[in-house]
Amino acid sequence: MEKLQSLTAHRLKELIEKGDVRPSNILSDLFDRIKALDGKVKAFVRVNKPDAAEADRVNKAGKLAGIPITIKDNICVKDEETTCASKILADFKPPYDATVIKKLRAEGAILMGKSNMDEFAFGSSCETSCYGPTKNPWDLERIPGGSSGGSAAAVAADETILALGSDTGGSIRQPASLCGVVGLKPTYGRVSRYGLIAFASSLDQIGPITKDVEDAALLLGVIAGHDEMDSTSVDVPVPDYKRSLVKDVRGLRIGVPKEYFIKGLDKEVEDSVRGAINVLKDLGAKIVDISLPHTEYAVSTYYIIAPAEASSNLARFDGVQYGHRAKTSKDMIDMYIKTRSEGFGNEAKRRILLGTYCLSSGYYDAYYLKAQKVRTRIREDFDKAFGACDLVVTPTSPTAAFKIGEKMDDPLSMYLSDIYTIPANLAGLPAMSIPCGFSKNSLPIGMQILAKPFDEETIFRAAYTFEQNTEFHKQKPKL
Amino acid sequence: MSKTIDKTTVKHVAHLSRLELNDKELETYSGQLAAILSYIDKLNEIDTKDVAPTSHAIASLKNVFRKDVLKPSIGAKESLKNAPATEGDFFKVPQIIEGK
Repeated sequence: MEKLQSLTAHRLKELIEKGDVRPSNILSDLFDRIKALDGKVKAFVRVNKPDAAEADRVNKAGKLAGIPITIKDNICVKDEETTCASKILADFKPPYDATVIKKLRAEGAILMGKSNMDEFAFGSSCETSCYGPTKNPWDLERIPGGSSGGSAAAVAADETILALGSDTGGSIRQPASLCGVVGLKPTYGRVSRYGLIAFASSLDQIGPITKDVEDAALLLGVIAGHDEMDSTSVDVPVPDYKRSLVKDVRGLRIGVPKEYFIKGLDKEVEDSVRGAINVLKDLGAKIVDISLPHTEYAVSTYYIIAPAEASSNLARFDGVQYGHRAKTSKDMIDMYIKTRSEGFGNEAKRRILLGTYCLSSGYYDAYYLKAQKVRTRIREDFDKAFGACDLVVTPTSPTAAFKIGEKMDDPLSMYLSDIYTIPANLAGLPAMSIPCGFSKNSLPIGMQILAKPFDEETIFRAAYTFEQNTEFHKQKPKL
Repeated sequence: MSKTIDKTTVKHVAHLSRLELNDKELETYSGQLAAILSYIDKLNEIDTKDVAPTSHAIASLKNVFRKDVLKPSIGAKESLKNAPATEGDFFKVPQIIEGK
């Protein structure tokens, strides 16, 4: 029989429905694979061992009946350790399920464990995790991207079927690109964040990381929707995304922003993305040159807004209600200071300092308010662009995966690796990364497709058409 | 916007953040934060005089209200389960008020 761990969720669903495969067979293949490989890849921080008999009794009518899924370690699963890969949340067992977890359980998905990430999702390489870095399955000396690097690596290495990530400035799309898989950041407000441990509340979204576009559509259909527990989730109907999986891009207007093809973009990445745009053109899409003039300000804007909101969100980690507490302290304030200084890693401290500075008295207007105003300009760029096109296509990351350790001492150069993914978060837009090529060194390259708010359907249509006409998503790392 | 951030300022911000930094960390962070802030300074190139700030990217969202209805919550036992120290139905912390 073919190895079940390498199949997609939609294919396994068919096999389960036909009675050819049982969920316990999939789990058994996956756990063999994890046992053989995860010592090298280190995608997981915790692996569950769901009971085989129980897995086979799963609700067959569910949209994900019997399909295993891996969850990023910042999403709360009731009574299962959830740490954001930080010492400060050591041993934390949430007393409730995140809304996305409730939805997954209701549709019969099997939770198989927690994946590694940058501490509190602060990073683009998975190197800031308190558990140590995850490795890129395509080259174990390279980073998998971040912050959802564990989820992307687990999908790429066939150690899971599906995965959930979260994306604040590219944390789903950049690792998906660097690991050669599909990653979607939905529209801001599309998916409930109740139970997602907050990083930057005006930017965070949960989304799918999968082996192909059809699986991403399937998984988004399960997790999307309004939730009264998240007041930022938007009350609009969730379409049947399966209907967007059509092989046809004729007449679709695809915008290519000149500001994204600039100095710093690796030649191989540029060639692959331009090649992919030509594929879409040959399939009948209309390519339009567009301009997003405020692109060069996106990273600056983000590195005010995200740390500012993070410093406020992370104030709750004080050693009182959960997680780590310093052993000895003189008084209350001393307990806070010692607990936080021991519990947070370097990047978390750097962002808390930067954010606190930008929000501190006398600086709020000059930094946070200024950044929110520039954010309006960046949104307006997209509003204008979407008058002339239906989708925007860009590279996902300026380079393929870099070496472990390469950017750890230079935070600014690490921050600049998010240059193409950050604008979608600032503007709240849906954006997907799909495989579109390989470098000479056999490292995956991704292309990013952005759409208007709540128009994930058009992204699925273009991505599905591209995928059905290319073979990039079928390549597997040699492990 | 100020272009640089010195060690005194970093020390002050660390205190506001309830973090303590040793001399080496102070040195490293002030250098790195200065570099980041000088990059961020680019935003001053843009005139934002009449621009409204964005706080929620999807502009159509209105303020959210709900009915004030009593619903069951997880209760003290569950709420205290993860606490580093408790006493009875309470979180226990070091002494705050001076006295015996």
